[in-house]
Amino acid sequence: MTKLVEWLFGVSVVVAAWALVSFDLLDLSLPQTYREVAWPMPLYLLVSFGCYSLATVGYRVATFNDCDEAAKELQGQIKEAKEDLRKKGLKM
Amino acid sequence: MASRKTLHPNRDSEDKYSILLPTYNERENLPLIVWLLVKYFGESGYNYEVIIIDDGSPDGTLEVAEQLQKIYGEDKILLRPRAKKLGLGTAYIHGIKHATGNFVIIMDADLSHHPKFIPEFIEKQKEGDYDLVSGTRYKGNGGVYGWDLRRKLISRGANFLTQVLLRPGASDLTGSFRLYKKEVLESLVERCVSKGYVFQMEMIVRARQLNYTIGEVPISFVDRVYGESKLGGNEIVSFVKGLITLFATT
Repeated sequence: MTKLVEWLFGVSVVVAAWALVSFDLLDLSLPQTYREVAWPMPLYLLVSFGCYSLATVGYRVATFNDCDEAAKELQGQIKEAKEDLRKKGLKM
Repeated sequence: MASRKTLHPNRDSEDKYSILLPTYNERENLPLIVWLLVKYFGESGYNYEVIIIDDGSPDGTLEVAEQLQKIYGEDKILLRPRAKKLGLGTAYIHGIKHATGNFVIIMDADLSHHPKFIPEFIEKQKEGDYDLVSGTRYKGNGGVYGWDLRRKLISRGANFLTQVLLRPGASDLTGSFRLYKKEVLESLVERCVSKGYVFQMEMIVRARQLNYTIGEVPISFVDRVYGESKLGGNEIVSFVKGLITLFATT
């Protein structure tokens, strides 16, 4: 099963459940409050997912490590390497 | 001397690590990366070979590689050049054919991947007998050097989107610093058709699809010291295309 099919499957299950409750498709005579809660639920879900995404990406950008130490170490080693290689007879 | 034993703790192991270095115009970087590889493999004592696959660089990379071979020996430095630029996937296939190790390490030759992490990769692999170990910039002490806010935002955003859509079971999909069991790399490379960034992503997504086990080691990625690194509109478009392709086909 490809990821696309997995997603389509997941979305249809959610949409089906939502439609069942919101429009009372099976005539379960659910209390009115159920339908009122279910009806705007997709919008709430989308908005919360959007907020979650923005927060996550923002947090990860803010905490992305700047490897200054690693860059310094590398610069030092490049110098060392160049000297050593010259001694070993490498013509750059 | 008692200290001699601890100096080369892994010399007796039967494992051998073949490092594939595809190069194109890396005359400046190649001697440095080879020097660092020799240094860290010398210290950790693991058995290794470096396979340089130069795609007909006009800047004389191959000539420098030949000098390095004289300095470090033909058993350690192998030259397997090709006539012209033919792409990363075929470079790996070409390199694997000549690799004598039971493990293969792929990395960039532009010094953005530091060989000091290789002993950690090897330990990680042994720890869980992983089929592949991937370096990750997004976890633990991993990180990047030389990226501005825009680049970080694109990178994190693209990574988040990919994680949500593909759930690949690995945190760094577009990185190309990895250790593979040789037969695992062979079977993956055969299946992967993408180019550029997407190639690395496809490798790890297919690895999960084939139920290979994946270990991760945090790495620091130091963006190109010599030469230029670009992330333009073209890269982003091809990344999105690749993501959609993988989404629909894996």
